[in-house]
Formats: sequence, C-alpha cells, structure tokens
Amino acid sequence: MTPLDRKLLRDLWRIKGQAAAIGAVIAVGVLLLVMMSGLVTSLDETRRAYYERYRLADVFAPVKRAPQHLLAELSALPSVAAVEGRITGHALIDLPGLDIPLRARVVSLPEFHAPRLNGFYLSAGRAPQSDRNDEILLLKGFAEAHSLQPGDTLDITMNGARHKLRIVGLAQAPEFLYTTAPGELMSDDARYGVIWISMQTLAAAYDLEGAFNEALLSIGRGAQSPAVIHAVDRLLEPYGGFGAYALADHGSNRFISEEIASLRATAAAVPPIFLAVAAFLLYIVIFRMVEAERGQIGLLKAFGYSNLETAAHYFKLILAIAAGGATVGCVLGVLAGRALIDLYLLYFKFPFLIFQLDPGSFIAAFSVSIGAASAGGVTVLRRVFRLTPAAAMQPIAPPHYRPLGNVARSLQSVLDQPSRMVVRRLTRQPGRMAGAAGGIAAGMALSVAMIGIMNGFNQAIDLTFNVIDQSDVSITFNEPLSDTTLANLRSIPGVIAVQPARHVSAVLRHGVQRHLGVISGMTTNARLYRAVDSRMAPVPLQAQGIVLAEALADILKVQVGDLLTLEVREGRRPTLRIPVTGIAQNLLGSPAYMELSALNHALGEPNRISGAYLRVDSAHQNSVYRVLKDMPAVASVSLKQDARTALQTQMDRGAGAMRYIMMAVAGIITFGIVYNAARIAYAERARDLASLRVIGFSRSEAAFVLLGELALVTLAALPLGAVLGYYLSFAVAAGFSTDLYQIPATVQPVGYGAAALAVIAAATLSGWLVKRDLDRTDLVLALKARE
Amino acid sequence: MGKRSGNQLQNAFTTRGVWKVYGEGATEVQALRGVDIDIPAGELVVLLGPSGSGKSTLLNILGGLDRASRGDVLFQGRNLAAMTDVQLTRYRRDHVGFVFQFYNLMPGLTAYENIELVTEIAGNPMPADHALALVGLGDRGDSFPSQLSGGEQQRVAIARAVAKQPNVLFCDEPTGALDSITGRTVLRVLKDINEQLGATVLIVTHAAATADMADRVIHFADGRIRDIQRNAHKRDPSDIEW
Repeated sequence: MTPLDRKLLRDLWRIKGQAAAIGAVIAVGVLLLVMMSGLVTSLDETRRAYYERYRLADVFAPVKRAPQHLLAELSALPSVAAVEGRITGHALIDLPGLDIPLRARVVSLPEFHAPRLNGFYLSAGRAPQSDRNDEILLLKGFAEAHSLQPGDTLDITMNGARHKLRIVGLAQAPEFLYTTAPGELMSDDARYGVIWISMQTLAAAYDLEGAFNEALLSIGRGAQSPAVIHAVDRLLEPYGGFGAYALADHGSNRFISEEIASLRATAAAVPPIFLAVAAFLLYIVIFRMVEAERGQIGLLKAFGYSNLETAAHYFKLILAIAAGGATVGCVLGVLAGRALIDLYLLYFKFPFLIFQLDPGSFIAAFSVSIGAASAGGVTVLRRVFRLTPAAAMQPIAPPHYRPLGNVARSLQSVLDQPSRMVVRRLTRQPGRMAGAAGGIAAGMALSVAMIGIMNGFNQAIDLTFNVIDQSDVSITFNEPLSDTTLANLRSIPGVIAVQPARHVSAVLRHGVQRHLGVISGMTTNARLYRAVDSRMAPVPLQAQGIVLAEALADILKVQVGDLLTLEVREGRRPTLRIPVTGIAQNLLGSPAYMELSALNHALGEPNRISGAYLRVDSAHQNSVYRVLKDMPAVASVSLKQDARTALQTQMDRGAGAMRYIMMAVAGIITFGIVYNAARIAYAERARDLASLRVIGFSRSEAAFVLLGELALVTLAALPLGAVLGYYLSFAVAAGFSTDLYQIPATVQPVGYGAAALAVIAAATLSGWLVKRDLDRTDLVLALKARE
Repeated sequence: MGKRSGNQLQNAFTTRGVWKVYGEGATEVQALRGVDIDIPAGELVVLLGPSGSGKSTLLNILGGLDRASRGDVLFQGRNLAAMTDVQLTRYRRDHVGFVFQFYNLMPGLTAYENIELVTEIAGNPMPADHALALVGLGDRGDSFPSQLSGGEQQRVAIARAVAKQPNVLFCDEPTGALDSITGRTVLRVLKDINEQLGATVLIVTHAAATADMADRVIHFADGRIRDIQRNAHKRDPSDIEW
C-alpha cells in the first residue's frame, strides 16, 4: 500500500462521522431507486410469466347467450390462436354467522379437458371431477379469509337458486390477480370470492345448456387485438354480445398494470428527486472537504506529484464515500424491496413473487452518486490546481470583510462583537451560506412534500367516504328493476333514505381516446351519493349532458362543452352524442354521471334502476341486512364501512406504504444535510473559535459564534424549504396518483410547521453534537493545526 | 567530506530581471523588483532580510512553487519561467527538496510514511530509514506528527526533503518555529546535508545569526538584492549566537 493510500484510509477514519452522514444520504437515495425499480421489474416479470404459464386470454367477449357451435367460427377468425367458451355468473355465498351474503363470481370448468385458456394454479386439494356436479374450486384468498378448506361445504345462491357445494380444492388464477366486486375498486379477500365449477352445473343454473356466455380468445403474436375484437363483436352481435375487450381493459389486469405504471412513474420521478438532493449535498460537502485539504494538495504538488496523481488521490476518497454509500443503499434497497414485495402479495394474488433486481438501477445509482461527488471534488481541485503550489500552501488569506452597510451600521450599536462576527461571515460569503441554506431547504422540502402526500391519502379517503358517498349501504340487483322497488326498500324498518341508481357499462370515445367504463345514472337532487366539484359543492346533472370525473376527463382529453360519443353496451345498445356539462372532483376511480331519467330514456327503458344507495339507522342495521339478504332480486349488498376499511388497508400497503419509507428517507436526508452543514462550519472555524477561547471567551460565547451562524442559516432555509416543498408536493403527488386513484397535493399549515420543527430539531441535535466537539477541543492543538 | 567537484564552478541558479507582482491597480504589490543573481552549485546560501523583503518569494520561484511575473530563472541552463506546468512538476519531483517553517507534514501519515510519500515518486531516492537516520530520528519512524516535538517534526521534514537526493534543498524559515537548542540541531542537519550530499542548500531566514554558517549571504530589502556577502570563515551551527 502506498503512503498516499494509507493517508487516504486515515483521512477517512478521521472524517468518519461526516463521511457516514454523507454516505447515509447517498444510501437512502439509492435505496429508494433500487427498491422501487426492483419492485417494478419484479411485478412486471412475474406477471408476464404467470400470464404465459396459465395461458391468459388476449380477448374477452361476454355475450348473453351464444350457441357452442359459434366457437368454431370464432376460432376460424384470422389471427385467433385458441378459443374457449365458458359460462360465468354472479353468485352469493351465504356463510354462517354473517348478516349479509358475500358476492362471488362463478366460472365454468370445461368438462373433459383442462381449460385451454385462463388456466388456474391449484394451491391446495384437487380439481373437481368431471362427473361430480357438486364439487368446486374456491379462490384461495377468499378461502383463507374465512378459514375454509377443501372438504368444507358452501351454500351458494346462483340465479336465485340455492346450491350446497363442496370445496375440493383452492385455486389462484392470472385473471383474478386482483379481485374486486363489481362497482368497487378495492380488493377485499373477505368480501368477494371466485368459484370454479363444472360447465354442466352452471349451464343448468343459468339456463345455458349448449351455450356459453363468455368467449375467451388468444391471438397470434403480433396480431392486432382491435381487428379481432371487431370481428368477434360482429359474430356475437346477434347473440347479445356485450362488446369484446382486450386484456388491457380486463379489470384485474388493469389494476395491476396501473399499479406497475404508477410504481414505474414513482420510481422514475421520486427517487431522482431524493438522489438529486443527495447529489447536491454531496457536491457541497465534498467541495468544502477538499477545499480544507488545500494546503496538503499544494504540498503534494510541491513534492512533484502531478495534478493527475493528486486528483486521483482525492478521487479515491470521494469514491470511497460515494461508492460506499451507494453499496449500502443497494443492499438496503434489496432488503427493503424484499420486505415490501410481500405486501404486494397481500392484494395481488400471485402464487409466487420474488424480488428481482433491476441492474439498470444499480448502474444509475452508482453513476449518479459518484458523478455528483466527483463534480464537487473536481471543481475544487481545478481551482486549487490553478494556484501555484506556493499559493495553495498558504493559509487562505483572510477574506475581505467590508464595513457593514448603512442599515447594518445602525444595527452595530445593538450587536456585540460575536454577533457581528456571525453577521459579517454570512454577508461576506453569501454564496456559501446560500448553498448551506439551499441544502437544508431541499431536505425540508422533501419532508413538506411527504407530509403533503400523507394528507393527500387521508383527503382522498375523506372526500370519497364523507363527501361524495354519504350512504351506509349500496345494493345492486340481478337485473334492472322497476323503480317501484324503491318503495319496497323505503318500507324496510331502519332504512332512513333511499337513492336510486342505474349503472350501465359503456365505451366513451372522444377523438382517438377511448375508455371502457360505467355510466352512473343518478337523480338530480341526489343526497346519498353525488358528484361534487373542487369546492365540494354538488355538480348539477342536466337532462342533456354527462358529468365526468376529472381523471376521466383527462384520459379522454375533454373539457366542459365538448361532445362525447357513448356506446352503451346494455339495453338497446344506443350510441349517444352528448355534451360534457361538468367535471367532478373524484379521487377514486374515474366515474361518469348522467341524469337517471335521461339515461333510461336513451336506453329505451324508462323508470328502471339497477341498484340503490341506502342510509340506515345504525340501531337497526342488522335487521336491515337480514331483510336485504332475503330479497331474491338483490345481487349484492356492500357496506360503505367495509369499502372504506379495504381502501385504507390498501393505501397503507404496497405503493401506499412507500410513503412511510419516503417520509423516513426525507427525515434522514434533512438531518444529514443539517448535520453536514454544522460540521463543515465547525471545520472552517475551528481555529477562529480556539482563538476566541484563548483570548478569554467562555465555551458558550465561542459556541455562539458557530451556532449563531447555523441558526441563521437554518432560519433562512425554513421559508425557502416551505416554498420548494409546496412545488415538490405536486411532483410527488403526481407520481403517487394512478388512473384508479388520485392523490391530491395538499400541504396544510400544520404540514409546514411539522417539517419546520423537524428541521429545527435536526439543527438543534447537530448543533449539540458540534458543540460537544467544540468543548473538547484542545486549544493549543487547534491553534497549531493549519486546517 | 568534499563537495562534488564538478559542480563547484557551475551555477545552480541564474536569474535575470526577475519581477513578481501580486494583484493589480491599487492593490498591486511588487514582491520582487528585478532580481539578478547567480547561485553556485553546492553552496550553502542564506537569504536574509526583513519580513516582506521578497526572500520567500524568490525561494518559491526558484523552487518551482510559483512563477515569476517576468524575467528569466535558469536552472542548469533551463528556464523555469518558460516551463509548462507538467515540466515544473517534473522539476520539483526530480531536483528539488523543500523544508517549511511549519513542517507541513501530512498529519495522517507516520514519519516514515511521510518520507515514503516522496521516495515513491522520486527518480533516485535513498531508503526512507537512511533519511531518518540522517536526521537522527532512526527510531521514530512509526510516530505520527502529533507525537513528535516541533524540532523532531522539522527534522522529519528535512529527511523527507533530502530523501530524494535533491540537487537543491530549499528551506523557508526552517528554525522559525523552534527554540534555540532545537534550532541549532536542525541547522547542523542542514549543514551535514550540504556537505555530505553536495546539495545546494538555500535557507530563507530573518535570523541574522544563521548567516554565519553560510558560504554566501544574500541580503534582501524591498524586493531587491541589497548586498551579497561571502563568508571567508563559516561558523559551525553549534557556535551560532541565537
């Protein structure tokens, strides 16, 4: 080992505290990057493998009733590789001890072969035998939520008739990666199940002998699904086709695609912000650290070391800190990723999910860290190299302090000498002080933004469940009913208010933009569930017009006044041209609202409702549920409280959980910056402070000069951090938002206060740590030391 | 010990019309104002003068640590003033050793390692422990600068400077931070280096007594050479009045 390398090791040891603080800042920035891009890679790759292995269809074509022989025609279509016809339907599972029946989807299994498309992964038990009509497979998540096992029997209501069926196995399937009850967004294992059952049983239950009501198609590589969808729609049209759709529009796939897309966007947007702050800090710290070595650099040059050799020496020091931090960050990123990926398994039902590293993130992490650190070092070295060795070795000439300006001069009578030292230093080196304040502000901005996101999550939940939805229960019917049903509902003891609803699926088009969604028909004076604008005031529904959620308006690129094309997929399947009359604030989902009778009129089905919102007296809720459970027309009952809990749970997991990690990271970075600022200030002033002590200043008086500076810089950073944080919160909120839910950037005064307090706490702790060192300083040594 | 005979008549340095100006306009400082001097190789030369007289500036220019604003500085016939940065680095590496008033040891390296720092890159160095032995610190190689007294640190600095067997040894106030006894020891070491290794030794000082040990004394005042004096009878460092 060369003496320079030994110097390097000892220098590192000497500045270990500071090196650790810098390394920690880099590490957390890298941690985020590695963790998030790893999660993206893992989810993406696992999904791809899962879909491929279990042959998930490319096109789904629901139809009212199509004869089996139509399958041959479907498979003869160009580009179609495989076709499977199956029967699916809604069912209710009546579990003992529960007041409301649970919703489920039933899916048929082919009788004499394994499913050609949309296979399943058997996680326990066995597949049902072809000749047994009472055997079922149950979705693993639902079974686990209710402690159901193979061998148990279930009471299942299909098409109004009750069946007693026996669970023989538990299964998972790529089409049910993320299961939600119709009309809901959040997955809840306990409240929605999937049942696989023989084709024969389902055909009998739904009166579909010799027919199917959903065709699955896979298409050849490179084939265009729109062309296939068009052809399929034409074939199924006479049989009541509801409109075929591609895998991209499939509910479960859309959710996970959205999650991956959101995660990818967050991984692309947020870690770079953190890393940029870390890089900025690194630049400043390395700059000042190398500057402190000026004399030694001059000495090395005096001995005949070339610029390159000298630079290489300092580059190694920088590299050791930056690469060390990046390495630790990578390791922590992998560990955090592994821990987080298990959270994803809670609501994305992969049979397996292994955290995979994205090699690109390693490279990016290292190059950014090392690049930023080197930039800081190179800037100083170039400056020092421009000096002659003689000049470099001289202590830096005392800076030119100017007499204070007019305003300051009037302050002079008020300020004592130590205070003047503080003020003069701040005014003498405004660039340096601005750098320190900027660094602290950047740290605070991260905290402000993350607190804003925390608020945003809460606001999304509050808006959804306290402002928009003021009902307690929402129910849907097996099929649209006459609105006289409302009177029946109102007459149930304990029901306080009822609001009718009509949900129809439709394709919304504007120019080339297309969205497969649901139109909710609501009455104009809706109270229990309504559209609200950004001021939380109800958006009026007009007889001729449609109100879109902001997110949907963004997807379709429409504004109020634009004409929209609606292709309704139910009733007489009308195509409507209708103006957008309002934009609704909606942080969850992307609904569209129309006036109920106008919607019914367009459908040619006056006075029909497909569901209702109910407000229920809490004292009677159980009896209300029992009555609803016994109404044959009721397909589903969902409780707002359950939906709210499900949403809260989901937001606390997965991507939502990320905000806690980022909050912690923001805290670490803020502290790292403040601590480094304090350390550097101390290093630069150690001699001055020792001199003060020598001429008779007390420890506290000397410390005042140093800590006063830190305090002023911190104070200057607070408003700057608040402003930066305000803007940063929009960037971070956009990163967290998806098509499915929007997280608003809302920083409340208390958020700024909390972030400011965190900065002040970090500054106090840093000040205390530095003061402790200051108190221990050996005066004689400090005065002798050239640094 | 005899001096290297071949060098005796040759000049180590020749300067003509050397100016050094810092700053400009109102803040302009003329540190050197036309210095012409010939320094014979192998001599022990003392540059004497009050603070700010320009002696350290000339030393820095001769040592390749700084550049003259104008004028020629010839070392073995080569003009330092015309050298590129790379050539100056080469010059310092191969020909020159420095001793500073405040020792300028690397605090993170032991005495031995501080010397190795130089021997590693020099063309024809002596072993580091020889250099240490030369200054009488053969047993302190493992000590860090903070564990050495001022005089010891300065002797390590001298050992570091001579370890590369330089043609010229530059000493800027080498005894300035030392007490009289330690100072004499250091001067003794410098004299020995001059005599044993035949290196030209240039000592900048404002302590007039040091001049008594020199072959040649150059008096500086106001950036100019006021007077050059040759000592017919050099005194031994131990006899120098402090």
